[in-house]
Amino acid sequence: MATRNFGAPIRRNEDKRLLSGQALFVDDVELPGMLYAAFLRSNVAHAAIRSIDVTAARARAGVVAVYTAADLGAYWAPGPLLVPPPPIAGIVFNQRTQVPLAKDKVRHVGEPLAVVLAQSRYLAEDALADIVVELDPLPVVVDLEKALADTSSRVHDDVRGNVAAHVHQGRGNYAAARARAEHIISRRFHYDHGASSPIETRGIIANWDGRANQLTVWDTTQAPVFLRNGLAAMLGLSERQVRVIAPFVGGGFGPKIMLFYPEEVVIPWAAMQLNRPVKWIEDRLEHFFATTQERGQTHDAEIALTRDGRILGIKDVFLHDTGAYNPYGLTVPINSQCTLLGPYVIPNYDSTFTAIFTNKPIVTPYRGAGRQHGVFVMERLLDIAAHELGIDRAEIRRRNFIPPDAFPYNNEIIYQDFAPLSYDSGNYAPVLDKALEMIGYRRFLAEEQPRLRAQGRHVGIGIVCYVEGTGIGPYEGAKIQVQANGKVSLATGIGTQGQGHFTVFAQIAADQLGVEVGDVDVVTGDTDQFYWGAGTFASRGAVVAGNAVNEAAKVVRQKILTLAAEHFECAEEDLEIANGQVSVVGVPGQAVTLGALALKANPMRGAVRPGTEPGLESTQYFGPPGGATAAGAHAMIVEVDPQTFTLEVRKYVVVHDCGTVINPLILAGQIHGGVAQGIGNAFYEQLVFDEEGQLLNASLADYLLPTALEVPRMEIGHTVTPSPLNPLGIKGAGEAGAIPVGPLFAQAIEDALGLLQQNIELNEIPLSPNRLFELTTKRR
Amino acid sequence: MSGRSVATDAYDTEAHAITVTVNGTPYRRQVEARMLLSDFLRHDLLLAGTHVGCEHGVCGACTVMFDGAAVRSCLMFAAQADGHTILTVEGLAPDREHLHPLQEAMRECHGLQCGYCTPGILMTMKAFLDETAAPDEAQIREALSGNLCRCTGYQHIVEAMQLAAQRLRK
Repeated sequence: MATRNFGAPIRRNEDKRLLSGQALFVDDVELPGMLYAAFLRSNVAHAAIRSIDVTAARARAGVVAVYTAADLGAYWAPGPLLVPPPPIAGIVFNQRTQVPLAKDKVRHVGEPLAVVLAQSRYLAEDALADIVVELDPLPVVVDLEKALADTSSRVHDDVRGNVAAHVHQGRGNYAAARARAEHIISRRFHYDHGASSPIETRGIIANWDGRANQLTVWDTTQAPVFLRNGLAAMLGLSERQVRVIAPFVGGGFGPKIMLFYPEEVVIPWAAMQLNRPVKWIEDRLEHFFATTQERGQTHDAEIALTRDGRILGIKDVFLHDTGAYNPYGLTVPINSQCTLLGPYVIPNYDSTFTAIFTNKPIVTPYRGAGRQHGVFVMERLLDIAAHELGIDRAEIRRRNFIPPDAFPYNNEIIYQDFAPLSYDSGNYAPVLDKALEMIGYRRFLAEEQPRLRAQGRHVGIGIVCYVEGTGIGPYEGAKIQVQANGKVSLATGIGTQGQGHFTVFAQIAADQLGVEVGDVDVVTGDTDQFYWGAGTFASRGAVVAGNAVNEAAKVVRQKILTLAAEHFECAEEDLEIANGQVSVVGVPGQAVTLGALALKANPMRGAVRPGTEPGLESTQYFGPPGGATAAGAHAMIVEVDPQTFTLEVRKYVVVHDCGTVINPLILAGQIHGGVAQGIGNAFYEQLVFDEEGQLLNASLADYLLPTALEVPRMEIGHTVTPSPLNPLGIKGAGEAGAIPVGPLFAQAIEDALGLLQQNIELNEIPLSPNRLFELTTKRR
Repeated sequence: MSGRSVATDAYDTEAHAITVTVNGTPYRRQVEARMLLSDFLRHDLLLAGTHVGCEHGVCGACTVMFDGAAVRSCLMFAAQADGHTILTVEGLAPDREHLHPLQEAMRECHGLQCGYCTPGILMTMKAFLDETAAPDEAQIREALSGNLCRCTGYQHIVEAMQLAAQRLRK
């Protein structure tokens, strides 16, 4: 295969539309007769519903309908469990999924109670104030440890101790490893993750065409195919009657893979009831409650080591906040449990977690999806070990790396894709070496830091490592078709939220088919264009759909060659595909365009040979045997103002190994954006709930997303260890940037302020100037 | 959410006649007093390129140029635009075939991913570069700091602005 485009920093096909304001986002859809929805949401976290009176709202001018749970009748049902618990022995899992409109009880602030449909969004929101709700408040479950007590209030009346799940996994024998250890470190760690906060909130538009018996839904989802299948089942339609379109989506980062949100259940139903198109667009305040988020875990972890810093084993017991419902199963805490192991040999591992229902919004994966929590525990344990054993921070990591000849490397526990956590490939020392070289680690510690310290400045360095399981199954597909105008049409079932799919998939197809990248027209996220698929999550789009594109393009290439060989009456070996045409090598003027061949492949008259398929077209699917494990190291030099505890990141380096690279420009963008979200998580973003389950900072003025002033310039390096699990050798890269930033900040800030020398450790994320002040002055 | 709506009908529901010039085209419309400028542009004039991200003036996605200055259209009422001139992202490019140098630089530098914040960033930076022909990186970052982007980490946007500024000076 020619590698003209694959691997090149090609500019994006989709940009012209996005830059000129011509790209279609969900809220841009306007239909005649459209109604606008507004949801009345609970303003308390836990209460029994005594009554909801919508009489006045229904009477308001401009209001067409108001519905509560009672109006939904038999349609009312708890949502599906998206991810069943993995096959782990002894697992406890209590499934409690979200409901379309609260019926007897509300379980978190923002849970919807009623929906108003009116002639404008303004009128719909006016009518919310007409609804009279009587709630009997119940004691609120917020704190994870208190939630476990027998005496605690219960989020779900029949779930004792609010236990959503209890899972133990391990390998080897930790107790035996501990017994022979020369050094043991035990600590408690808190890691809190936040709200994904895409700049486009969620939205859904449903249009029921009664004449065609067809429902069309525009949704900001990352999983259009499953949304279609689920809607069809709920509404008593066949899948072919439902078309879901995820057009341009303004950022997803995980929570847009969640379904079925209550609004996704209610809006299509209302459209069918009223026989009119209905639009609902989430506002920013709603986004903080109604869209899923990630939150906290508390880990009690212990590491057993030899004197020279080799890990003998790790024991970890942690609590995970799953929120009021658990529709996404155990993906987040299982990721924490698995990703903790990182790039290291950990012969003995004993990990137990309890997932707990609380009266807070639902937790589902957000970029990193629990991996951050595990990586934080591992990297912090190594930092403390390095300090206590007098070993260099980089060196203790290097000593414990899985050696390059040990792959595939089986960690002997079950991963989120239900398969054993096996690393397909990796070579970690070169990643670390490159990061150390790029950041100037030795020179900084030997020369710069002493010099700056002598000037009274507080400058520190950090270095952390991680792996990321990416590109998991089950499968994706792609359909490729050469059009009569010579352009290539490419459709896949995954949705896209900015990852550059319109370009990277085009690059793969263009190389096989000898056309310009700009001549490949990619469609994603329209179930009428491509029927099958799973969705965009777990850093899998490029890996799984990308390989499906490659397979489909190879088949179309063969069809082109076969047809052209017939056309020229020559051998296929004598043909060359390039520049949108097929030519006979060495015979000038003997060429036919792909468009002409496409026409020829669909004859209007005459006979064809038995078995002939029309068109230059193929649909192929790809399902990897397992996930592809990417790896990386981040390093940072930071200066801390010891008075204000504000930070200045002086240098930030990422070295990443995600196998072969399709488009380095797009990859850099993914890494930059991931790091920016990691920085937000590490130092700026915290969801602050009070003891009544109220979120105290539910606005972008108070929940601080990093701006161009907080995100530093980054330098990126790559190493390449191709994945043996897919023909293109690629691994996912979508989440990696975000994963290790928390421990990096903790380590570098500790170093800058010399905290370990004062017996102060930063064992929690997020940090902030305020929190640093508290943590460092408490001990003085 | 429930807390955001007004409790009574005590608002001004009367239609106000406004004349506003958007991207060189004059429009005469009747608008309710409370109609936000962002909603007016998007849903009345169908200029949906201006995006809405937070509706409380923080994210900057809805930024348009109002008599040459960058403003957040979610913090203004349509009625306030009466007699004024607005430029939105749809009016930035010279014609259908070509992009404005700012747009061109954003594409070259991969300054956008999902593209949702992009129109607001383009309008903010247009106003900024109109006033600051030769900005350094710190000035660009400062000017950009009122626009939130959740995808790019800003680095490629900063590079795009440096490139655009350089080209616009020529």
